[in-house]
Amino acid sequence: MHGLINRAIQAFVCSTYGESRWRDVTDSAELGFSEFEAMLIYTDDQSKKLLAAMEQVLQRPLPEMLEDMGTFLVSNPQVEALRRLLRFGGVNYVEFLHSLDDLPDRARLAVSDLYLPPLELIETAPGQFKLFCQDGLPGYASVMMGVLRAMADDYGDLVILEHSGHQDGAEVISVTLVETDFAEGRAFDLGAHLL
Amino acid sequence: MMSFDQLAELAGKMAPMFVMINADGQIERVGPTLQKLRPDQDWTGQPFIEIFDLRRPRSIRNMADLLGSSGVKLHMQFRDEPHTGLKGVLAPLPKGRGAFVNLSFGISVLDAVRDYDLTSADFSATDLTIEMLYLVEAKSAAMEASRQLNLRLQGAKIAAEEQAFTDTLTGLKNRRAMNHILGRMISTGRDFSLMQLDLDFFKAVNDTMGHAAGDAVLQKVASIMVDCTRNVDTIARVGGDEFVLIIDGLVDHAQLDNIASRLIKRLEEPIPFGGQMCQISASIGTVLSPASVSIDAAQLLNEADMALYAAKRAGRACHYFYEPGMDSEDTDEAVEEVSVDTASSQADTSRSSGNTAADAEQRSNG
Repeated sequence: MHGLINRAIQAFVCSTYGESRWRDVTDSAELGFSEFEAMLIYTDDQSKKLLAAMEQVLQRPLPEMLEDMGTFLVSNPQVEALRRLLRFGGVNYVEFLHSLDDLPDRARLAVSDLYLPPLELIETAPGQFKLFCQDGLPGYASVMMGVLRAMADDYGDLVILEHSGHQDGAEVISVTLVETDFAEGRAFDLGAHLL
Repeated sequence: MMSFDQLAELAGKMAPMFVMINADGQIERVGPTLQKLRPDQDWTGQPFIEIFDLRRPRSIRNMADLLGSSGVKLHMQFRDEPHTGLKGVLAPLPKGRGAFVNLSFGISVLDAVRDYDLTSADFSATDLTIEMLYLVEAKSAAMEASRQLNLRLQGAKIAAEEQAFTDTLTGLKNRRAMNHILGRMISTGRDFSLMQLDLDFFKAVNDTMGHAAGDAVLQKVASIMVDCTRNVDTIARVGGDEFVLIIDGLVDHAQLDNIASRLIKRLEEPIPFGGQMCQISASIGTVLSPASVSIDAAQLLNEADMALYAAKRAGRACHYFYEPGMDSEDTDEAVEEVSVDTASSQADTSRSSGNTAADAEQRSNG
């Protein structure tokens, strides 16, 4: 699994549970190190051990933690860059949802060896969507759930998100748009980080 | 035929930074994004070249040149501040009704987005600017992560070098490794002897022939020492031209003296470098492994050092064993070391009980 993903997990655990708990996790996973490098590649086995150790040491169901991680990645100022990159997807939440089809390709444009499984958005009725998260990355749909939730807040829209089971080798998230411009949302300035 | 207004409405969607000029070169209409760059500007009727400063091609000096520049890539900037750079291309309108100019930011888009607070709505849906901004940010973030990795790797490399056991120039062990091995040998109570070897006249080689020659000499010295010892022995470079040899399982004076003599003899053979010959020698002080473990490595090294100084005082190319009396001798005569060095050819050989067979001729050559 790409170092960026492992590093994201590290940032989430350190920021939520503290660095000593993170070391407990990596010790328990018997990785032999506790710092992931964002730009190196780690084996799937290492990541698998890490996730198993997280569940065991932190005593919380993994899907729940991964969803929190998705939210953390968008809403924590520490990782503002990712939120900005997602906001480039569209000027409103619906446009953003449609841009998710391109997300794996966009990720690969930025970091050529970063593989994200395909995402497919289907509009089932006005304001009703299904997001198909293809297999290939354990916990992918859980993380995406957290990301979708946090991005709705970011745009100031009110949405209902639900896991809708497995379909054709993909985990399905259903998205219901209840109200747009429900809240203020966060500002997004195209040029804020340039220079 | 389409009217100016119809054309302007259509163009506003497809090319929101267009300018339409009439046959006299005066601006008739501008696109919404261009309007946003100068919200208070009254564009209509203004001569194009009074608002935009044409930088290239240089051949365009007046409106007629401009109107004749169909299809050519134009570089211009605003005459007033901020002087945002723009790229453009002009196409004449039919029947001599003027021209249509489409503008874009080109590479100055990064500044423009910030200066004018532009949003995705200000760019045409087919414009790749948003994708480019995305890429710039994504690549900068990825580059920053890589840079951080490089910094950490650099730090790790320095730390690894500090913890290394090898002298990078000669491939011998370094002082850290020697301390480690010596401590272990003392604590296990093994028989061994410790030789402290100092090169003579090495500084002269370095000073007169340069550091490259010095380095070559040190490498040759290292290979000679490896030749003259066994695999079980330890050879370490512990200073610029200082070496420590730990001879495993050997405490016999005659045999040790033999090894030392052979070493000195081999080291005195001239070493060729860059068409010249480097002539050095060596002095050696030896101490035998302690009978009790209460003697520590530092003390043992100190004793070997005193034997070495006795050898140096005796006039270079000498080998001395440590004797208990040397401690006081050392404090008395240490100050004379420099003058003794310069007078090495007249050394008092009668004092060199463990002297080597190295002859005086070779010494004076150095």
